Amino acid sequence: MKWGVVRFPGSLDDNDALWALGEVMGQEAAMLWHKDTSLQGAQCVLLPGGFSYGDYLRCGAIARFSPIMESVAKFAADGGLVIGTCNGFQVLCEAHLLPGALTRNRSLSFVCDRVHVRVENAQTPFTCTMRQGDVLKLPIKHGEGLYVAPESELRQMEERGQVILRYVDAAGRDDDAANPNGSMHAIAGVANDRFNVFGLMPHPEHAVEPMLGGDDGLKIFRSIVESVK
Amino acid sequence: MQVKVFVTPRKGILDPQGRAVEHSLKSLGFKDVSDVKIGKYIVLDVAAGSAADARAQAQKMCERLLANPLIEDFTFEVEGE
Repeated sequence: MKWGVVRFPGSLDDNDALWALGEVMGQEAAMLWHKDTSLQGAQCVLLPGGFSYGDYLRCGAIARFSPIMESVAKFAADGGLVIGTCNGFQVLCEAHLLPGALTRNRSLSFVCDRVHVRVENAQTPFTCTMRQGDVLKLPIKHGEGLYVAPESELRQMEERGQVILRYVDAAGRDDDAANPNGSMHAIAGVANDRFNVFGLMPHPEHAVEPMLGGDDGLKIFRSIVESVK
Repeated sequence: MQVKVFVTPRKGILDPQGRAVEHSLKSLGFKDVSDVKIGKYIVLDVAAGSAADARAQAQKMCERLLANPLIEDFTFEVEGE
């Protein structure tokens, strides 16, 4: 399967994403420069973590207007698969490809940790090799990961199953102490209402080798590969 | 023509910075303080034929880029108005 990883000025996790997809999973993965418009035939586009355009103004606000994002928006409108991790999630929200917004962590501190997230909907291209209720252990590292959306929209998202991942404790139980940033409804990852665009604050690309603390991130990438077969 | 844009967190949106500062002000003895919000102040010049034109441009800038209406409110002042 062909993947495209977007590199914005200030992206940090683009090389790790290429490593995870190319070296670890044996996928065909290409870097896409933010000033280009071609997605090079990618079947899934990944927007990586980092600090695109220095996070100036708001995280993701400026990256949203880069030339590649016009192509990504068209690709998504045609049903193409797009996944954004961390800053990539912020870009997707600013671009209105995903509902809601990400704001300053409740604690005001940058959080670098491993968290547990529960799979709330396993009927999506991003979770199809898992079961609802599965718990993944994934790293996070962000200062602005507090997910916000109007309460009425959150209700609709919950009903439609757009909340894909939720912060929980190690046993998979709801626990406010396990919510690392104060996200509403403890949301860690959401999809659009067509379920072809997915954003999450945790980093699956940093969890692909047991030696480095776990490989639960592979479950997300493998689901995507499985979904395009 | 100078435009001053003020962007603040929307009412009802958690503003942990504002809350921390409010807490700090109260601990300094400013007991009457409430509803502290921390936002952004953006100053820009725009070549416009009239204040109304500058205002129309500023409105679009705020809607498209300077503020995220989901989480932020904005107001602005146009020079000479």
